[in-house]
Amino acid sequence: MNVQETIEAPPAEARPKIQIVPLAGLPVAAVLIGFVVYAIATNKFWPLMFCHVAGGALWTSIDLFVGLAVGPIIGSMSPPARAEFTAKFMPKMVIIMPTVVTMTLATGLQIAFHLGTLSPNSTARNWLIASMIVVGIMAVIALGVLEPANITVLWEMNKANPNPEIIGRMMKRFVYTAGITGVMQVATLVIMTRVATI
Amino acid sequence: MNGEQNFPKAVEIVTVSLAAVVVGGVWFGAHATSRPPLLLPTLMLIVGAVLLIVGVLMIARVAGFSWDTWVRVGRWALLAYVIAAGMIEFAFVRNHTRGAPLAVVTGMLVVFALDVPFLIATTVARYEESPAGG
Repeated sequence: MNVQETIEAPPAEARPKIQIVPLAGLPVAAVLIGFVVYAIATNKFWPLMFCHVAGGALWTSIDLFVGLAVGPIIGSMSPPARAEFTAKFMPKMVIIMPTVVTMTLATGLQIAFHLGTLSPNSTARNWLIASMIVVGIMAVIALGVLEPANITVLWEMNKANPNPEIIGRMMKRFVYTAGITGVMQVATLVIMTRVATI
Repeated sequence: MNGEQNFPKAVEIVTVSLAAVVVGGVWFGAHATSRPPLLLPTLMLIVGAVLLIVGVLMIARVAGFSWDTWVRVGRWALLAYVIAAGMIEFAFVRNHTRGAPLAVVTGMLVVFALDVPFLIATTVARYEESPAGG
């Protein structure tokens, strides 16, 4: 994979402006967050489990797919193709990822309270702590490196004269950190299936 | 533009701040159903808050830093991560976390909700051409 290869963006007048936060996605995100609030406030088990399982499945699948399938594909694309794909793909991630992560974590905590699985005598406790550690490491990588790189690429591509060196460097960060979080999601799958079968 | 070599290690420092509150949060979550020991989370909260302040002071000293871009990016990221932190806070409050444990977890969530916008906004703004040419 050659992610250091630079993206040669076409002239500014030829490029449509990238909408970094796709506004059409905000109502969907708002509805999902509202449903999370409802699930936690009512403490009803099905809404909690729906948000946690649906959010967690999406989070894990997207991380695995982006990290291990899409990332290497982006790395091997020609610079113009990579620029076009990035401009259309990355804004979607800006809305989708924080939403599914919030759904998963907030309801996961509430489910642990609800089931008492974090109490000292629970057999699932150690697995859940292991899960929190994995999520914690992924959070630092994703929020400290991946997400800033994602936004920086989009911001740079919106400039009249984008700097290909900055875009190349940030894309490299994005692809590698997505790969790391993708591999770490395998641990999440192992832990969560263990918890479900104890 | 602020060169890669000349820019202070503010992003790295604040990433450590984020790691500190995540460690405190994992510890707190692991003991959430009983009365959690507060020494480690409090220590992590203090470390996280101090490193965040250090990060802000470091970029404040950068000549020609693009504060306009920093604010434009940071305010939307702040909105997103205040909502995310608020959801987690809500789960603790809903489950009767009160007093000192609630204060510590709230503090850690505040640092978390400030760290992430700082990291995003600073990473974007450091590569911005400043009007002063810094």
